[in-house]
Amino acid sequence: MTVAPDHKPTFAKMSLGEQLDKAMPVLLIPILVVLGFFAIGAPSSWLTLTVSGLAMGMMIFIMASGLTLVFGLMDVINFGHGAFVSVGAFVGVSVLIALGGWTGTPSLLLNIAAVLLAVVAAMAVTGVMGWGFERVIVKPVYGAHLKQILVTVGGLIVVEQLIHVVWGPDEIFINRPETLKGAITFAGAAMEKYRLLAVAIGLVLFIAMRMVLRRTKVGLIVRAGVENGPMVEALGYRLRMVFVGVFIAGSALAGLGGVMWGLYQEVITAGMGERMMVLVFIVAIIGGLGSVEGAFIGALLVGLTQNYVAFLEPKLALVSNIALMTAILMWRPQGMLPVVKAK
Amino acid sequence: MLTKLLSGDQPRSRALTAILLLILICLAGAPFLFDGVRPLDTAARICIFIVLVASYDLLLGYAGIVSFAHTMFFGLGAYGVALASTHMGRGFDALIVGSVAGALAAVVLALMIGLFSLRVRAIFFAMITLAVASAVAVLVSQFSGLTGGEDGLTYKIPRVLTSANRMGEFLGTRISGKILNYYLIFFASLALFLLLLRIVNSPFGRVLQAIRENDFRAEAIGYRVVWYRTAATCLSAATAALAGSLFAIWLRYVGPDTTLSFEIMLDILLMVVIGGMGTMYGAVIGATLFIMAQTYLQNLMGVASEATHNLPLLPHLLEPDRWLMWLGILFILSVYFFPTGIVGRLRERGKA
Repeated sequence: MTVAPDHKPTFAKMSLGEQLDKAMPVLLIPILVVLGFFAIGAPSSWLTLTVSGLAMGMMIFIMASGLTLVFGLMDVINFGHGAFVSVGAFVGVSVLIALGGWTGTPSLLLNIAAVLLAVVAAMAVTGVMGWGFERVIVKPVYGAHLKQILVTVGGLIVVEQLIHVVWGPDEIFINRPETLKGAITFAGAAMEKYRLLAVAIGLVLFIAMRMVLRRTKVGLIVRAGVENGPMVEALGYRLRMVFVGVFIAGSALAGLGGVMWGLYQEVITAGMGERMMVLVFIVAIIGGLGSVEGAFIGALLVGLTQNYVAFLEPKLALVSNIALMTAILMWRPQGMLPVVKAK
Repeated sequence: MLTKLLSGDQPRSRALTAILLLILICLAGAPFLFDGVRPLDTAARICIFIVLVASYDLLLGYAGIVSFAHTMFFGLGAYGVALASTHMGRGFDALIVGSVAGALAAVVLALMIGLFSLRVRAIFFAMITLAVASAVAVLVSQFSGLTGGEDGLTYKIPRVLTSANRMGEFLGTRISGKILNYYLIFFASLALFLLLLRIVNSPFGRVLQAIRENDFRAEAIGYRVVWYRTAATCLSAATAALAGSLFAIWLRYVGPDTTLSFEIMLDILLMVVIGGMGTMYGAVIGATLFIMAQTYLQNLMGVASEATHNLPLLPHLLEPDRWLMWLGILFILSVYFFPTGIVGRLRERGKA
């Protein structure tokens, strides 16, 4: 009998090419920024555009994160996600208008308090709405993609129409709070204060989300659930509860995104959520469905591309996102950071 | 003969047969049975939407693919006819060139979208079509030099097909070019519908159904699932574009609201679901019911809103503009409780 050969696993160092390939999605953002710099030429306008692109990307990320996690965890695709964006914007803006005295004065403290209240109200309402939406609309159609798509689209229509019933059919214009108006000039480039704030909020949220997902027990269960749901359930965790929690959190984040987007555009309509859904889907797809990091990178890419292209060739800005998505899907058909499912 | 014409796919329910025959007779005799312009317009719309909805059913009901770009293909056909008629002058050649070009463009676009998204996961398709369709809708309103933007395009169709062409009386009805135009629409729609019926009952249609039920297994048996799905998408896009061409010939106007809007997409979804997914007859019933309701129910809602105007909230909910909300609720309920639609129900009753 021959002795079985010794098992000596060796870990070969990844070649430079492999390492590059792995890091490529993250590297795409700086590459795009540098490309933008050379294409635009003027450093000051480049800086302005970069900031607004990042701000836009952050806001899209906030809206997309919930959608992509819900998909990853329960294989549920929610076409009604845009409804939360609209409702969040309407609730938040109503609060801001009601607190007109606070937002009209140039006091930083009162302004921030008003915005915070608006955000809290919007997130509370959309969170509760998400809970209801999950119970009424999504729960009966688990496991059937076709029905999910149809039913959630139905939900989107109904919610949008209810906004019309409650707030009337017209768009609402809103002024940003006094201290958030205007711009800061830095190195000859004008950067709107609000956009800087949006970038800051988005970054903080992303880091917080990553911390929760990577460092806490709940995050561990969520990540494990994305990878292999039945196994997590077999270990005794009620994945359903986790899922409902993620759904509510995702809806609340969509509401937050709605408020931020409403203040960014300074006008809100009932159809804004539906229009944002297009960008959110693009982001979720190029990031890899189910991946929060992917959605983050995808959102920044979309925001930057849209702003650069809008400056260079305004008419192409609308198609630029589709082109970006096509290019990325040709490169990685599953999205940039696909979620590995244990099947 | 009849069985052959229906490709062996009979209604399989007495009530359903009666309803279908009634619809067919009403549509075939619409110019003579009903008086006035509005019923004729409604009948033409029903014909066109039957084809459009049936082509969507090929995708949703038979292949199990959800697309949100069906209005885009519809619009491509419509804009094809409109642009050809604008630039080539009035004439049948413009109509033909426009229809063919529209259908070809639809096939190419469908092929591109299909190859990109169906390759990976069918669910990508729904999202990507939504993105592409909205981009196209924005592009159409942006490039107003070519497409007329939000205002759309008005153009002339051959004189033979307009009401200026009088051809005497028949059965007490004045025969004008308008009626000729209607019959052009009617027979073209009928032919397209029978063609779709032929497609879904061919071996190709059976493979699509197999893929819908279990794509993994279909692949294992040896069918190239991606190829079949993409082919279904292209066929459905081409038919939708032809329906769009007919719509453009009938309306003599195209605009983003009438051909490309998301509302029409929702209408199509609703018609398919209410009529019954996975049967071509569902499209007939769904489209007929829906368009009748759209034409006549909105008036009713206006009346109801008036009647309840001193109650709180209710008049707002019943306002004719909120008609879409009730449709949405109806839509959700029918997906839950009548997944087989009206046709499925009638067939079940026939069996019992």
